[in-house]
Amino acid sequence: MSETQTLRAWLLTDAPTSRRHAKLASLYKGWLSLRSNSMAMFGLAILIILGLIAAAAPLLAPHDPFFQDLGNRLGPLGAEDHVLGTDSLGRDILSRLIYGSRITLYIVTLVALIAPIAGLLVGTVSGYAGGWIDMILMRITDIFLAFPRLVLALAFVAALGAGIENAVLAISLTAWPPYARIARAETLTIRSSDFISAIRLQGAGPLRIITKHIWPLCISSLIVRVTLDMAGIILAAAGLGFLGLGAQPPSPEWGAMISEGRRFILDYWWVATMPGLAIFTVSLAFNLLGDGLRDVLDPKDSGQ
Amino acid sequence: MTFGSVTVTMLGLLFVTFIIGRVMPIDPVLSIVGERASKSTYDAVYNQLGLDKPLLVQFFYYIWDVLHGDFGTSLLNARPVADDIRRVFPATLELASLGVLFGIVLGVPLGVIAAVRRGSWIDQIARVVALVGYSMPIFWLGLMGLLVFYGILGWVGGPGRVGIFYVDVVPSVTGMILIDSIIDGNWTVFKDAFSHIILPASLLGYYSLAYVSRMTRSFMLEQLSAEYITTARVKGMSERAVIWRHAFRNIRVQLITVIALSYANLLEGSVLTEIIFSWPGIGSYITTALLSADMNAVLGGTVVVGLIFILLNIFSDLLYRVFDPRAK
Repeated sequence: MSETQTLRAWLLTDAPTSRRHAKLASLYKGWLSLRSNSMAMFGLAILIILGLIAAAAPLLAPHDPFFQDLGNRLGPLGAEDHVLGTDSLGRDILSRLIYGSRITLYIVTLVALIAPIAGLLVGTVSGYAGGWIDMILMRITDIFLAFPRLVLALAFVAALGAGIENAVLAISLTAWPPYARIARAETLTIRSSDFISAIRLQGAGPLRIITKHIWPLCISSLIVRVTLDMAGIILAAAGLGFLGLGAQPPSPEWGAMISEGRRFILDYWWVATMPGLAIFTVSLAFNLLGDGLRDVLDPKDSGQ
Repeated sequence: MTFGSVTVTMLGLLFVTFIIGRVMPIDPVLSIVGERASKSTYDAVYNQLGLDKPLLVQFFYYIWDVLHGDFGTSLLNARPVADDIRRVFPATLELASLGVLFGIVLGVPLGVIAAVRRGSWIDQIARVVALVGYSMPIFWLGLMGLLVFYGILGWVGGPGRVGIFYVDVVPSVTGMILIDSIIDGNWTVFKDAFSHIILPASLLGYYSLAYVSRMTRSFMLEQLSAEYITTARVKGMSERAVIWRHAFRNIRVQLITVIALSYANLLEGSVLTEIIFSWPGIGSYITTALLSADMNAVLGGTVVVGLIFILLNIFSDLLYRVFDPRAK
């Protein structure tokens, strides 16, 4: 038997020998099932490429994304030296798109960290504590859930001032309630199980139970939800950028680039079209991957 | 939702907008009196606005005002915000309603067919339609629509509600120009208005379609796998009767709640669409106010959209309870 075959057998075992073994085995099985979903793998591939592009932006970009060349404004597609043309200030659109991927990933990563963690905190505390704490926290969650998200984000940004960090904050403020709901539901089912009683009898306090035993079990449903929400986060961030409330010029944020190209849409269509295609591709990738992950991690509500 | 929780949710909405208004870096007194006002003028206005009172008291004043339909005056045009909102709101309502209509008319049959012919090409199309709808930035799709159907093909009217020659031609009764022109019997205006609304409404309709068709499909699949459907088939009932008279009849309540929710989402989705199409609705109103730091207008608009959103949510919840015996 070769090395890889034994590893494979070790990973596919039905009788794990240690906790780490069991964890790795279940991860590997999940990966196998995800790998058979070609659409999800397509989405994952796009996202990996996006990550690589963002990481290697200075190497890949043919030009400085901020370099203005007023003699070469609104250059056409396929021009020599500027494959995707130039914008209204003569900046290379391809280079700006490449650098823009960094901003998109930055926003998505921050929101994907802040919102679920906030939701996890609120949800687990609410579910574990019960009683009036649960009532108050869930009422607040309901209030935020009942809000129109984009409009609320607009109002937040208006209060905080335009800018990328404030856009992240505003989107996170409107994005956490569903995570709190999920985490609470998971906590309620876990709380009454025997293993928690056993841990409690061993003397573990609420803090230890929540952080060491409830959180790890909430993670998988949160990950599915986050992946499915990513597309929405990207669209919201791009929307705020488009309205001039997110990233500020001259930042090559994709939504802001569309807003800039909008003025020339009828004559120089590619200036606004290219960043839109980029946004579409990335959010499509997140949706595809999210659907696949949901099938693997959470088969009960998979889309039939 | 009970009456109590509805009240709490609405109070929560008002509390959030109140807090946003208070933590704003803009000094409301200064924006009224100007920078060169004397200390006594400043203090007089400060007291007049009730800013000397405790925050809780101010909050109660705020609720009192909102309950009386008073959102303060716009800093930009010195008119009451409530009047402005009343003026712009019908435009949004008209747009969103037409969008929802498209969504229902196309989305429901698409969802039903996709469920009945599961795995067929039409099911695949429905899947792609929904996937694209969830992934496409609405403002970008709007721009592309304008480029293709207005700029290149010239099939539809451009931005705005009517062509420049038809502005204010028909008397405003409902504020919805399609209906007003019918009331007035002015078909030229109707046609022009229709050519302007068709593109943004289909755009919003597409997003509604994506959502409605997905939900219809999953509701139908659930029904079609039920045993009573098998029984009906065994009895020799025609497939058409099985689908429409049995399965579809049972998802009507769920569908109505979905449609109410999709309506709520469209009211919100119209913010970005309105900007692309220079549509003078509440979305344009809020964003214009935002960019000129007209906080009363922003918060007034937010409260109105929020209240409608909450009301539609409650409405769909209520419908569900009234018409679905299992929910009792």
